[in-house]
Amino acid sequence: MTDEKTQVQDVDRAFYDFRDEERDSCRIDGLTGEIVEQISGEKGDPDWMREFRLKCLEIFNRTEMPDWGPSIEGLDMDHIATYVRPSAQRMNTRWEDVPEDIRNTFDRLGIPKAERASLAGVGAQYDSELVYHNIREDVARTGVVYTDLESALHGEYGEMIRTHFMKLVPPTDHKFAALHGAVWSGGSFVYVPAGVKVEIPLQSYFRLNAAGAGQFEHTLIIVEEGASLHFIEGCSAPKYNVANLHAGCVELYVGRNATLRYSTIENWSRNMYNLNTKRALVEEGGKVEWISGSFGSHVSYLYPMSILNGRGARSEFTGVTFAGKGQNLDTGCKVVHSAPETSSYVNTRSISKDGGVSTFRSAVVVNPKAENSKSAVSCQSLMVDDISRSDTIPAMDVQTSRADIGHEARIGRISDEAVFYLMSRGVSEEEARALIVSGFAENVSKELPLEYAVEMNNLIRIEMKGAIG
Amino acid sequence: MVANSLLKVSGLRASAEDKEILRGVDLEIGEGETHVLMGPNGAGKSTLAGSLMGDPRYTILDGTAEFRGENLLEKSVSERAGAGLFLSFQNPVEVPGISLENFIRTALEQGKGEKVRPWVFHREVKDTLATLGLDETYGERDLNVGFSGGEKKKAEILQMLLLKPSLAILDETDSGLDVDAVRTVSRGVEEFRKNEKASLLIITHNAAILSALKVDRVHVLVGGRIVKEGGPELIEEIGRNGFSRFEENEG
Repeated sequence: MTDEKTQVQDVDRAFYDFRDEERDSCRIDGLTGEIVEQISGEKGDPDWMREFRLKCLEIFNRTEMPDWGPSIEGLDMDHIATYVRPSAQRMNTRWEDVPEDIRNTFDRLGIPKAERASLAGVGAQYDSELVYHNIREDVARTGVVYTDLESALHGEYGEMIRTHFMKLVPPTDHKFAALHGAVWSGGSFVYVPAGVKVEIPLQSYFRLNAAGAGQFEHTLIIVEEGASLHFIEGCSAPKYNVANLHAGCVELYVGRNATLRYSTIENWSRNMYNLNTKRALVEEGGKVEWISGSFGSHVSYLYPMSILNGRGARSEFTGVTFAGKGQNLDTGCKVVHSAPETSSYVNTRSISKDGGVSTFRSAVVVNPKAENSKSAVSCQSLMVDDISRSDTIPAMDVQTSRADIGHEARIGRISDEAVFYLMSRGVSEEEARALIVSGFAENVSKELPLEYAVEMNNLIRIEMKGAIG
Repeated sequence: MVANSLLKVSGLRASAEDKEILRGVDLEIGEGETHVLMGPNGAGKSTLAGSLMGDPRYTILDGTAEFRGENLLEKSVSERAGAGLFLSFQNPVEVPGISLENFIRTALEQGKGEKVRPWVFHREVKDTLATLGLDETYGERDLNVGFSGGEKKKAEILQMLLLKPSLAILDETDSGLDVDAVRTVSRGVEEFRKNEKASLLIITHNAAILSALKVDRVHVLVGGRIVKEGGPELIEEIGRNGFSRFEENEG
């Protein structure tokens, strides 16, 4: 009998690894007060924003690097481009107006196709700036605003942005939040008025093309009382030999009895340091749902946080993380129960392969006033081979005796028995393993709109099948 | 000896966890024949079935197995399936994320290397489910997920009928089932036998599943060897006297 095993090889990411010639019209490297002023000037910030940026820089300079989690020593801040404006002159609302090379990039990633198929609106960011933004007319007519944050800053929503911008994620939160505050550029502003239910998702897509650059987009979403929205975020970048940095920030305000679903399929290239901060504030009876697929980057620190601020507020987090060769992905979530009868549900899967390290890290805090709250955390890990690693670090801080808290963790491997069973029906070993891993990640794929679920399954297949053919 | 030999096993020795279980098995099955393999617990019946399919838990120590004149033991598990071998599992694993119907279609496409048209296939699944007296929604459920023991066995029979192997090995597919489920399995086996060229190797303790079938040959496996072969009359004899006669011979 043969005991030959199909070698699961390194990943063919050629699909995402194409890069365009850099033709940026403005590129700013490093980080000093002058540089921050220059970025601010380039963007035509209002005064308060310019001052805020400088304050953030000051905080950045006096804040230590995190001393926990995966190593970020490979990140050389002096050589990260903090601002790269693509040759596009301004934000476009017609796809045809986006410069051809940038348009080709997004065409290859299927962005405009997805918009035609099933989205209410799309934003596409290339390097530091949004190059395209569009919202369907019927959705705009209901009062929904979906635009780039810079335009919104100068328009009628300027004051609203001022009172919400980096209030959930203050620059003092950690060093990269401060960095973000100093050099942020691009990103989206979404406003859903009270009672408006946006039936089809809005999407933004972030693409970092320049070598050694940082992407610092800011996403600010406000969903008013009784309204609902599904927002989808996709990210990718080609691979360069120098480190890139992503230190974005997402702030979500979920009003009373409002619902916001925030889905992310992240597939940064394997030299990216993904130090992203996401946070949601949920008012009485409101609900935030995080759907998170992490596939790319060299190192990730990603823990979307939900603050359950009003009675009966709810949070659901569904995540899958796939760490392959050379990847150290530290992902999970945080929940703070700050009001009575709040509930949180966390359900994650992590997969590691080819020496990849996947760590699930969570923190659930139940404040004394969060009586009769509930929290259930379930995390499962799958190690595809013997050289990969998976860790689980769930923390709970429960400050009331009147709360119902549960936690469950499982770590496993692909069983030979399961592979044998599937193969005995005629599928190849590769296919059998891919089927098992896709099934393991189904908690996330079943929550995504069909074409994204297909995209995610394709990613898993790319990861599982390697560079054959 | 056998006309149109399909499977020919000679001197097969195999071990599990360094313990030798099969100690020289000889067995031959011809095209279109129904064979029965009986034997006491621990005789090596499942080891034989698993070894033929390529179960990684078993190590082949010696001997040969030819399938249509080709060396079966050199092939990967999926190649064995592609060549027309099928094994029904006693306890099939649960795989979330893929429906029973889609899985069988994927397996057919990969095993035979040809495209199966989903709509045509869907109709065939529906018809086969009806033949088995199973609910139409069966094929939409995730592969074995949350299936009861009986449902899993029925799903195995469904796969056998749709994959159309040339030799199906049923490893105690009828054990632990209620009367109703045994009837479904029997109906599936009868349906399978309608193809005159298809062969069966049935491993069972239970004569009930065999009553409606024309059995060509019975093999008795004791202590890792075939100790007796004969016609269907052997089934009755074992039903009356058990295996003690063969075990004494063996000792």
